[in-house]
Amino acid sequence: MKYIEEFQDPALARRLLDDIHATVTRPWALMEVCGGQTHTIIRHGIDQLLPSQVELIHGPGCPVCVTPLEVIDKALEIASRPDVIFCSFGDMLRVPGTGRDLFQVRSEGGDVRVVYSPLDALRIAQENPKRQVVFFGIGFETTAPPNAMTVHQAKKLGIPNFSLLVSHVRVPPAIEAIMQSPSCRVQGFLAAGHVCSVMGVREYPELAARHRVPIVVTGFEPLDILEGVRRAVRQLERGEHTVDNAYARAVRPEGNPAALAMLEDVFEVTDRAWRGIGVIPDSGWRLSERYRDFDAEHRFSVTGINTREPAECRSGEVLQGLLKPHECEAFGTLCTPRSPLGATMVSSEGACAAYYLYRRLELGAVPAAATAPTAASAPLEASPVV
Amino acid sequence: MCLAVPGRVLDIGEKDGTRMATVDFGGVQKEVCLEYLPDLQVGEYAIVHVGFALQRLDEESARQTLELFEQLGMLQEEFGDPWEQAAAAGGEPWPFADDPAPVPGPGPEPAPALAAPQEEVQP
Repeated sequence: MKYIEEFQDPALARRLLDDIHATVTRPWALMEVCGGQTHTIIRHGIDQLLPSQVELIHGPGCPVCVTPLEVIDKALEIASRPDVIFCSFGDMLRVPGTGRDLFQVRSEGGDVRVVYSPLDALRIAQENPKRQVVFFGIGFETTAPPNAMTVHQAKKLGIPNFSLLVSHVRVPPAIEAIMQSPSCRVQGFLAAGHVCSVMGVREYPELAARHRVPIVVTGFEPLDILEGVRRAVRQLERGEHTVDNAYARAVRPEGNPAALAMLEDVFEVTDRAWRGIGVIPDSGWRLSERYRDFDAEHRFSVTGINTREPAECRSGEVLQGLLKPHECEAFGTLCTPRSPLGATMVSSEGACAAYYLYRRLELGAVPAAATAPTAASAPLEASPVV
Repeated sequence: MCLAVPGRVLDIGEKDGTRMATVDFGGVQKEVCLEYLPDLQVGEYAIVHVGFALQRLDEESARQTLELFEQLGMLQEEFGDPWEQAAAAGGEPWPFADDPAPVPGPGPEPAPALAAPQEEVQP
């Protein structure tokens, strides 16, 4: 794989860490927006290698975690219908709705299928013209263009039995909401690299200037994270607050123009509720009028949804960076990946899942005997990507 | 969900009027849509997410970044305290109790060992 192992080199990590240690003179709090970055940080112990003055606050950038409970319940309702083939990415299967999840719907006889790409769902629709095929279109700006292209193809090819259950969200309004919060401690952001691969960086300079925070576009390998931190700390120490791109191998300032044009055509900006956080203005996309026929929410009038979040779940505070996962009373006891109270414990990008996977033994959350067998792993060692 | 990995284009074709490619990810091969990177050629690398090539991997940028990392600390090595560097190279603490170490910085302490990941199946 190209340029993955190189960005996990422990000797270079040491150089970056030394530079950060030499630069920092006072406490700083940075937020890594993306859940994929959170997993890299916790898996490799990056937060424990940084100077004690540099705190990493985990952000809300886990699309699975922030998909509203109401949307999950609608998905469960639609997936339960006998005339429907419900297609989804695998990481939605165990996300708890009110009382059940897609995995359970499948075990109860629902036709739920995991796909690698939304185009696979479109192919399933072509192969099953007598059944309704619904794709669960969640995700940030990285996942929205593939889903937009799929709906565009469905319209172009005239595939009437395909529809999209849409719950797309956008990062910049979330950064705005975080900065508006009275309890906000964030002084700089590591922006999500793959979101910027699509969107470029045009939305960030205004945010950085208005809130006086450095925003560093950051990748996902250990060295990428360290370089993002290094550049953000450097700016903070100098009193600067600009947008910087520390992930130039995958991010151009203009993003991907073809993807941006498709997003403009297929979606329109809308207010969106974020699970555990609430409604954030202009923070999501829905299908535009031209593609409304492909909107599963319109096609299936799902009514009688009564959502109910478990009272013990504090994932909303975790998603806003107000609480570390292990500070939740339910962590590792009432709430584990096998019986999660909230989505943050399920997803491969959820902060609670990261702490459970890589930290639970040292946090003493669970007796070792009660956990799946693990082998010791040194931070910054190569990790499988797929 | 935003997991996107670099893959190498093996061949390019068309399916339902859409530009598609076979892309290799270190031995795993997938059909990938190239509509968002229409200029991508066989042999090039792209960042791929859920079956779509979203951005060309700029190898020159990657090389420059790694070179920058290599050069970090060069000035410290050139003009820093040789006693401290010699001690650090041997993994030893600063040896002279009556003469405090001149440059504050981390020792080469081993990082804490963490629980190993439980492998996840990516969609």
